Amino acid sequence: MITRRIGAAAFTLVLAAGLAACGSDDGGGDDGASGGAGGESIKVGIKFDQPGLGLKEGNTYTGFDVDVANYVAKELGKTDVQFVQAPSKQREDLIATGQVDLIFATYSITDERKQKVSFAGPYFIAGQDLLVAADSTIKGPKDLDGKKLCSVTGSTSADNVKKEVPGVNLQEFDTYSKCAEAVSKGQLDALTTDDTILAGYAAQPQYKGKLKVVGAPFSEERYGVGLKKGDTALCEDVNKALTKMVEDGAWDKAVEDNFGPAGFKVDAKTNPPKLDACS
Amino acid sequence: MNELFQQFDVWGAFWLTIKLAAFSLVGAMVIGTIVAIMRVSPVAMFRFVGAAYVNIIRNTPLTLILTFTIFVMLYDLGINLADENSPTSIADNGVRWAIVGLAVYHAAFVCEAIRSGINTVPPGQAEAARSLGLGFSQNLRHVVLPQALRGAIAPLASVTIALIKNTTVAAAIGVAETAALMSSALELRADLNYLTFALVAGFFLLVTLPIGIGLTSLSRRMAVKR
Repeated sequence: MITRRIGAAAFTLVLAAGLAACGSDDGGGDDGASGGAGGESIKVGIKFDQPGLGLKEGNTYTGFDVDVANYVAKELGKTDVQFVQAPSKQREDLIATGQVDLIFATYSITDERKQKVSFAGPYFIAGQDLLVAADSTIKGPKDLDGKKLCSVTGSTSADNVKKEVPGVNLQEFDTYSKCAEAVSKGQLDALTTDDTILAGYAAQPQYKGKLKVVGAPFSEERYGVGLKKGDTALCEDVNKALTKMVEDGAWDKAVEDNFGPAGFKVDAKTNPPKLDACS
Repeated sequence: MNELFQQFDVWGAFWLTIKLAAFSLVGAMVIGTIVAIMRVSPVAMFRFVGAAYVNIIRNTPLTLILTFTIFVMLYDLGINLADENSPTSIADNGVRWAIVGLAVYHAAFVCEAIRSGINTVPPGQAEAARSLGLGFSQNLRHVVLPQALRGAIAPLASVTIALIKNTTVAAAIGVAETAALMSSALELRADLNYLTFALVAGFFLLVTLPIGIGLTSLSRRMAVKR
């Protein structure tokens, strides 16, 4: 009887949680749909879970991607920016199906992706780097021999590091937070992905002073603005906005605001980047 | 299609999925049978432990169990299932702990399937066996379980198919099986995403359909005619 009652209670809880989740999702979806065709509003895909780049806390959005997106939207004459979550593996489909107009979500420009979407930008050049314990002796990928490395299952970073350090002892988790946790406890030696993302973790209160970014990038990730394939007019407009953003100093300010607290030094040789031609 | 096979270790991932499923199924059958026996045993303590196992494990998300194996069993308690100094220690530990996690999780469902099989045996059978002087374990071994297992084939088929599909959760702890392959392929070759979906879905259908059909017809042939 007791088990049955506990079971019923648990079931109710799960139902309630499920309904609550639906409710918030629906809210977001409705907002997006109502503003869809209007000229004043724009739907922008960002990451919701990456501190320093795109982070959703309550109803506020922070991060470098968010700042650039807001600036570009303003330049495009849009007064109402609606942010939509754009997880890595859904980005192409979100654009292709028109669920978002632009994507600012650590979206590296690659030839494979260009077959499905077009890119404006790049607006930032990041590099794959390592996040290690503050007292670690690891200086770069060549020190990784015999070390335990962590990244996210099926990510570009995981694929890169397998090529860079063949036979690396690599743990893959479904989120970077799990990797950061394991590295901070000393169970793994390093976490690898884009330096921008790593800087966000190094700056989080619980890891401050415990983790550091090595600062020896071994790849080039060119963050572009994803948009509908073949929409060169929109691409030109976005590029114009990005150029203006660099010229009037707003770009520098966004970098300083978002990466400054993490002590992350932006590579001035490659940044701010030259824009690609729209095609 | 060829591009996918060239760029990714598709066969390796498929084979790992099959290995994960096979080993954890064996583990789940062994643990599940033991728990089922505990749940019908005359000792109240055993019944309590069996019921607690089923209710706790069955209602815990599999992702949580698999994450628990790595973060608590491996990292915090230091229980290594692979040679710590080998260059592939992480991958080996991942696969072995995934098998343990999958086996422990599905054992709860196997237990309930077998118990449902036991419920198909008319109580008169057990009573008759007892009146012949058979003890609990003799009764179970010679009278109840042989009939119960035949009755449990159909529900066990469902558990098996669920287990095969649930192996995909192991991607969360970095096991390079089919879901991890799909994840990589979607990330790196977004241009081939429909093909990737079709390939993975086709693989799972190919594995689970014959098992479903085979076990269903087996359950019909093996059914105890009453």
